[in-house]
Amino acid sequence: MKLTLKIWRQENATAKGCMQTYSLDGVSPDMSFLEMMDVLNEQLMENRIDPVAFDHDCREGICGSCSMFINGEAHGPDRLITTCQLHMRKFKDGDTIHIEPFRAKPFPVIKDLVVDRTAFDRIQHTGGFVSVNTSGNTQDANALPIEKESADKAFDAAACIGCGACVASCKNASAMLFVSAKVSQYALLPQGQVEANDRVLNMVKQMDEEGFGNCTNTGACEVECPKGISLENIARMNREYLTANLKG
Amino acid sequence: MKKITYSLNYRKPKKSYKQDDELTVCLRSYQKLQNGKFKVIKKSTGIKCKLRDWDSDWHKSSARNPIKSSDDNFLDKNRLLKDKSIEFHAKLFNLLKPNGYNESVNKLSPSTDLKLENKIIQSNLEAKVPPGPIEKKWTTHKNNIQLVSPSNKRGIDIIVVGTGLAGGSASATLAELGYNVKAFCFQDSPRRAHSIAAQGGINAAKNYQGDGDSIYRLFYDTVKGGDYRSREANVYRLAEVSTNIIDQCVAQGVPFARDYGGLLDNRSFGGVLVSRTFYAKGQTGQQLLLGAYSAMNRQIGRGKIKMYNRHEMLDLVKVDGKARGIITRNLVNGEIERHAAHAVVIASGGYGNLFYLSTNAMGSNVTASWKIHKKGAYFANPCFTQIHPTCIPVSGEHQSKLTLMSESLRNDGRIWVPKKKEAAAAIREGKLKPTDLAEQDRDYYLERRYPAFGNLVPRDVASRAAKERCDEGYGVNKTGEAVYLDFADAIVRYGKEKAHVKGLDESDMTLVQKLGKKIIKAKYGNLFQMYEKIVDQNPYETPMMIYPAVHYTMGGVWVDYNLMTTVPGCFAIGEANFSDHGANRLGASALMQGLADGYFVLPYTIGDYLADDIRTGPIATDGPEFDAAEESVRSQINTFIDNKGSKTVDYFHRKLGKIIWDKCGMSRNEKQLKEAIKEVKALREQFYKDVYVPGTANSFNEPLAKALRVADFLELGELFAKDALERSESCGGHFREESQTPEGEALRDDANYTFVSAWEYKGDPTQAKLHKEALDYENIELKTRSYK
Repeated sequence: MKLTLKIWRQENATAKGCMQTYSLDGVSPDMSFLEMMDVLNEQLMENRIDPVAFDHDCREGICGSCSMFINGEAHGPDRLITTCQLHMRKFKDGDTIHIEPFRAKPFPVIKDLVVDRTAFDRIQHTGGFVSVNTSGNTQDANALPIEKESADKAFDAAACIGCGACVASCKNASAMLFVSAKVSQYALLPQGQVEANDRVLNMVKQMDEEGFGNCTNTGACEVECPKGISLENIARMNREYLTANLKG
Repeated sequence: MKKITYSLNYRKPKKSYKQDDELTVCLRSYQKLQNGKFKVIKKSTGIKCKLRDWDSDWHKSSARNPIKSSDDNFLDKNRLLKDKSIEFHAKLFNLLKPNGYNESVNKLSPSTDLKLENKIIQSNLEAKVPPGPIEKKWTTHKNNIQLVSPSNKRGIDIIVVGTGLAGGSASATLAELGYNVKAFCFQDSPRRAHSIAAQGGINAAKNYQGDGDSIYRLFYDTVKGGDYRSREANVYRLAEVSTNIIDQCVAQGVPFARDYGGLLDNRSFGGVLVSRTFYAKGQTGQQLLLGAYSAMNRQIGRGKIKMYNRHEMLDLVKVDGKARGIITRNLVNGEIERHAAHAVVIASGGYGNLFYLSTNAMGSNVTASWKIHKKGAYFANPCFTQIHPTCIPVSGEHQSKLTLMSESLRNDGRIWVPKKKEAAAAIREGKLKPTDLAEQDRDYYLERRYPAFGNLVPRDVASRAAKERCDEGYGVNKTGEAVYLDFADAIVRYGKEKAHVKGLDESDMTLVQKLGKKIIKAKYGNLFQMYEKIVDQNPYETPMMIYPAVHYTMGGVWVDYNLMTTVPGCFAIGEANFSDHGANRLGASALMQGLADGYFVLPYTIGDYLADDIRTGPIATDGPEFDAAEESVRSQINTFIDNKGSKTVDYFHRKLGKIIWDKCGMSRNEKQLKEAIKEVKALREQFYKDVYVPGTANSFNEPLAKALRVADFLELGELFAKDALERSESCGGHFREESQTPEGEALRDDANYTFVSAWEYKGDPTQAKLHKEALDYENIELKTRSYK
């Protein structure tokens, strides 16, 4: 396959960026998208051009490092996958592919396609946990039966990989899907009940301070989420938030 | 040939003896000579036995002994015989390799004096295993070690490098205890450490299934699974704290899989006969890591952990012989930073990326472990690598990494290749589909060779069996390096069960298929989806193709019972250390070990060391030791930037991986290992001459970060091959072609190799000095591992 790639290049956080065009030949449909980027980078380095920086690590769709906005979609045209799981067989010979970083004010660009997503970490520092020390003297795990349905729903929420596709896809750069997944995991489990009010209030407060926008229920986040995190979580977080405020 | 047999010393024709006659038992060793003939070396044991008490079929089962129980002293006599045979073996073997590795049978003569010393392996490393019965060791030790008072903890700083299960859990727990923790990871968030990709589950001896599991059984399975090359006391402790891990994780809100009664569900993993594995679909590692990460978040929020994302440790700083800090590079702006602490904990994972292609994350590296090795920490058993049997096969030259399919799939999937080579060839050419092959034309080779464990044999055994079939020409993909993992039977079995429960027609195959697929989807949905995305085939309809790939490294930094390395104040935990898995790790034990070390072991043992540091006060970063370490880091970076060679870093990494995979992979021999040592060395020299690293030192520069990592892999590679060469036995994942049974199973050499190889750095991997920690098995008898 022969491709034309239009890629966002930006030297560092303060530099002005622009789209650059590269052409790449000999791409195999069996390659993953990131392997295609590897080939491009090898080619650039052979020509003594600075390679394109992008985040990646596990390359099996679970670490949440990769973050590319491909042809106007977070993680590209396929559904329920991350960029590293996208394969070139989804494209055709002669295609032009636009590759940009995940864009949002709270995700400043570090270089090229690499963005700073530590805002997500900071939100979790304020309440993304159950306050239990690792004494090893907690009660026996089976002393606390949890209804299978709640456990499964909590798991579905906990499957979030924190990649930020929801923010990048949202016209308001809202992080509601991410934060609500975290809030929901604990809200659905008895272990999380004790601190439920503080958790939702603190996490939402931090989310706002980081500069993420509001949710206007367009649902783009749910469509682009590689892990299929449901919009239901946002509704649950709103309920939790309202209850916490009333009790507050 | 290293086989020794027992026989009676007949001096006249067998038939002329009476049942009550007493004969002496002797040992025989058959040595193959260069002309193909055999030479027999015989040695009398001095032990006598009546003809009626002699079991001439003793060799047919590992449960049988040469002297039957009808002899009054059969226990003592058999034990003595075994001891004598071990001595004999040792003596012969030592004689056989007069100059290190050279086996030359000609130099041996039967008249050689076979007098032996009592202790064969001299240990020169102190593991500090506490005395007492094994089940009391850890409790006694915890009661006896020194503690640091809460107010003193506030004045003590600890550096933790790596934030996976081991590093994350250790950081959180140490901070909870009151220490000031500085945690470092090269990823953009601690949550992205590669523990996140672990799929299958975590073992714990909870015995919730009532299937006879216990701490002892978990201990036994782990030691046996590790092919008797792990430290007993460490493994027992691991099994002991395993139950606490599950309690702790549930308390943290980790959403494990549950049954309809709301209780925790279990599944079974390779190498064991009980169901002790807890799981969260195929994302157990992710959920456990998020649990540890949430515990870290709580401490980061409290200010007790200072988190350094996108930082790479590039050197260890020692002051007065103790670990007192590290030098790091900020991967965003290239800044070189100094960080001081009273103790340094390395939790940076394994070094599987030495092979270039592995299931490790792209960034996983050996640098932190290697830097401490160069500063005095011994590196143990580097050649012990786990090749995981169920990975998606390599598709082409462009491949950057391999993807694992969880071992849990072997619970329900059956592994096979075609029985006939012609069928395999037709499949490779695309003329035949696997589903077209009838049951009798398939070779379920694991079920055939290992009826007791079948598809759930340990990983090393399963991997070698797959390689054997593919080498014989039965491989089923383009490259000939793949076997099938088939779920068709499981789908029907589950479907029928479900139909029965629902009172529906069990003979309606369409319905059964539909119900069965639904259950398989609930169990392994995400894995099937992953497979489909990568291979572009639907595994519900056609069997998966799998092939072994590098997955985990059992070897690592040598640590004592307290998890401290040979550098005082420098600890190593999780996959980065060597201690618990011996020569092969059982499935679902890596998560267990990472969390055990981080949550429940290190936080106690580190106090014993730090108790002497309560008056030290803050460590300054402006001493000459920090200056020197920083200078060496800067100079290495500048070397790469200024080199302006012609080949990229990946070029060298790929070459290194190929050498190691081809010559130190699933099976190893002396000739290839010697070649590997030479080739890695040559490649390393070429790397320094000709590597090209673009960009500058003071910017986000991934090729530079990678060059620094590959430089360390290029040194480790040589030690890796050297270690594999030195250990001329087969054990676990380390298979030496020279040491195998006639059936092709691994043959251990307990007399000569029941020890840990701990290598000391001497300025160059070639010069590395071997230290041995003898492994004493007091609670488990050394046996040949059998999964038949």
